[in-house]
Amino acid sequence: MGDMFRSEKMALCQLFIQPEAAYASIAELGESGCVQFRDLNDEVSAFQRKYVTEVRRCDDMERRLRYVESEMKKDEVDVPVLKAEEEPSAPNPREAVDLEAQLEKTDNELREMSANGASLAANFRHMQELKSVLVNTEGFFSDQEVINLDSNRRLDPEDPAQAPGAAQRGQLAFVAGVIKLERFFSFERMLWRISRGNIFLRRADIDGLVEDEETGRPVLKTVFVAFFQGEQLKQRIKKVCTGYHAAVYPCPSAHAERLEMIKDVNVRLEDLKLVLSQSADHRSRVLNSASKHLPRWSIMVRKMKAIYHILNFFNPDVTGKCLIGEGWVPTNDIATVQEALARASKVSESSIPAFMNVIETNEMPPTYTRTNKFTNGFQNLVDSYGMASYREVNPALYACITFPFLFAVMFGDLGHGLILLLFASWLIIKEKQLASIKEEIFNIFFGGRYIILLMGIFSIYTGFIYNDVFSKSMNIFGSAWHMNYTRDTVEDASLKYITLRPNDTVYKTYPFGMDPIWQLADNKIIFLNTFKMKLSIIVGVVHMIFGVTMSVVNFAYYKKYASIFLEFLPQVLFLMLLFGYMVFMMFFKWVTYNDTVEGPLSPACAPSILILFINMILQGSQDTPEPCKEFMFEGQKSIQQVFVVIAIICIPWMLLGKPLYILLKRKISGAPPPKPQGGGGEGHGDDDAMGEIFIHQAIHTIEYVLSTVSHTASYLRLWALWHATQLSEVLWNMVFSMGFKYDSYIGGALIYVFFGAWALLTVGILVLIEGLSAFLHTLRLHWVEFMSKFYEGAGYAFEPFAFKTILDVSEDD
Amino acid sequence: MKICGPKLSLCGLIISVWGIVQLVLMGLFFYINSVALIEDLPLEEKYNSLEEFYAAANRAYNQNAYNCWIAACIYVLTLLLSAQQFYMNSRVTAN
Repeated sequence: MGDMFRSEKMALCQLFIQPEAAYASIAELGESGCVQFRDLNDEVSAFQRKYVTEVRRCDDMERRLRYVESEMKKDEVDVPVLKAEEEPSAPNPREAVDLEAQLEKTDNELREMSANGASLAANFRHMQELKSVLVNTEGFFSDQEVINLDSNRRLDPEDPAQAPGAAQRGQLAFVAGVIKLERFFSFERMLWRISRGNIFLRRADIDGLVEDEETGRPVLKTVFVAFFQGEQLKQRIKKVCTGYHAAVYPCPSAHAERLEMIKDVNVRLEDLKLVLSQSADHRSRVLNSASKHLPRWSIMVRKMKAIYHILNFFNPDVTGKCLIGEGWVPTNDIATVQEALARASKVSESSIPAFMNVIETNEMPPTYTRTNKFTNGFQNLVDSYGMASYREVNPALYACITFPFLFAVMFGDLGHGLILLLFASWLIIKEKQLASIKEEIFNIFFGGRYIILLMGIFSIYTGFIYNDVFSKSMNIFGSAWHMNYTRDTVEDASLKYITLRPNDTVYKTYPFGMDPIWQLADNKIIFLNTFKMKLSIIVGVVHMIFGVTMSVVNFAYYKKYASIFLEFLPQVLFLMLLFGYMVFMMFFKWVTYNDTVEGPLSPACAPSILILFINMILQGSQDTPEPCKEFMFEGQKSIQQVFVVIAIICIPWMLLGKPLYILLKRKISGAPPPKPQGGGGEGHGDDDAMGEIFIHQAIHTIEYVLSTVSHTASYLRLWALWHATQLSEVLWNMVFSMGFKYDSYIGGALIYVFFGAWALLTVGILVLIEGLSAFLHTLRLHWVEFMSKFYEGAGYAFEPFAFKTILDVSEDD
Repeated sequence: MKICGPKLSLCGLIISVWGIVQLVLMGLFFYINSVALIEDLPLEEKYNSLEEFYAAANRAYNQNAYNCWIAACIYVLTLLLSAQQFYMNSRVTAN
């Protein structure tokens, strides 16, 4: 569907909307989501804009919604999840007024209820505490009467002069109350100090935990009764009580009165319980009815706020008869926008239809690439490097295949690929159910599910080619090697190894991939290393040449035809003549040398490509024993010399070509020399000062020349990472294989255990960790080695005004 | 009866299925004397005659084939246990 080759064409559009129809129009555009509005009131502060009161109203509604929601959370009322098709559209102004009234009503009701509820609950707590004071003090008072008697008796006969004082003393007063247990001990000490030990304090712990009035957390509390004499002490005790947040309750000293009071308190407690349960019922009814509407309401409010926010971007006309807005629209979507505007003016019955026209501009439009769920993952990989410049060639199109391919070159193992494939298939088949999971790590995998799928498929393919299933080989077509040795040779005890030479033991080519006999060969790693190093370089050079070629498409599109000759041509020549030639030598060596002939073309005489290449650059030479030759074919030396000379010429060509061309063009056109700071926002455009152009070109050239060397070497990571996946062989031999070493049936149980360990390690280390590292290296190969050849990535993303994204974002918060 | 949680039972389920498939296949490969697996066999460094070597290798192949199948059978038991646990867990969450 979407055009992946380059980003979409954009147009800057001007919208003229009647103020009556403005709200409905923006609502329609928000639903269709294809306009990125520009702020035309940049210089106006947020408080001076036209629709600031409406935005404030929305804020107010949002605040109320948040309050209702938090109350629901407190009472654990479930909020139903809204299905996508039930999503309400933005409310029209009349609905908005209703919504506001409804919200206000619910909000006020809830606030009132919670205020009443809090005071009721406090009342209830006090009553309970009073009751426990009354019940617990029962024991103290029987004691007190005894003490009272005792003190009177003792005082009377000893010192009759103090009789009036004694009478006063004999009137023991008391304060009863409730205090937190943790504070009681310091409370006790404090009372002791202020009275110099003249206070008698008793306590009785309340059973169980009591709710704390401040925090609502359950705490231990205790009832205390302090006996004392004198009014002054009473005042002090009261002060200490308030200081310790101890609640003091009136408590009659007579037994009968207490009983009476307990009865009274019990009755009041029952009443309070009834009231409390009724108000809880009422509250849950209100919350439940609100919870049904809450998701709709919050979506409506958010949409409304977004609309007014966008309307604030609009410029009121001088006459006040229309609003003018500007925005970027993909040219393919202009018809959609026009339809939306027509619908809106019909809905709001405005007399003059809204209209839009496309305006010319020099500004760089935003970059917008239409993706579907398959290409989205790959596009994200590219975008995270840098958003493409407008209408630049989009590397994501090629990444769809090259990314999984390069990954699989490193990851290649049929078994591991199968695990990836199954995991990705599960993600894709269960796509609809899994899309609602909001866990971060999971979402990373879920977003890349199609990438993982392709990586799995390609890994299976390369696994076939490498003939690796959990490090074991499959002999599907029958090995192409056969034994020419007689039984005597094999049984010869003095021979440790037998050598299979291609000239007499290979009778055909293994049809697909690596011959399984290599698994048993002693020189397997030596052979595979050279083989895969060469493969990596070949793949890398092809990938880079492709990247350089892509720059032609850009040059042609931006009509910089001169750059094709001044930049692309020397670049591609440089790459081809040095590294392309190296690849050619690899193939030539592979084709030319074989074991069936003697003399200079025998395998022993095959030269090392690397040494040939180094000698080519450094103009060195190497001694070779007879009958071998230093070079692979006649005239190789002179061809190499020509190639090196042309490659060296390419460097000044790249360095000076473009700046001289610009200089020449300026002379011919006779334009005045541009201002030194005249940056037109086009990066290193043609209107920079000459010196800057030279410096920029020099940096560019040095970077390119050095990078061809380093990037080619960088592709060796394909081989290196493949080597890391050889860990699977180690894992098999060290863990799984231990189960097979038993000559009895115990081995069955051991295989059971070792398979489990092996399977977990395979998934954890080989698939997950090795997979991630291969993924990162692939990403680097694309970002650095491939995209640096043509990709500018200086654009900015197209962010259309769409309710969908606004709602998604606010849900994440 | 619930022994393990939802994640462990799912893990057991997956490993059991994988184990059954792979161990049955590997038993088959041992049984048909697959050369790729010869390095895993408990063989001596040296044999006096080829016949002796063949006999030892065949015995080891067969033994390992049966052992693999035994392990696969144990995985069938693990599968049943995990499935039962998984079912219990899913019923608990559903309630």
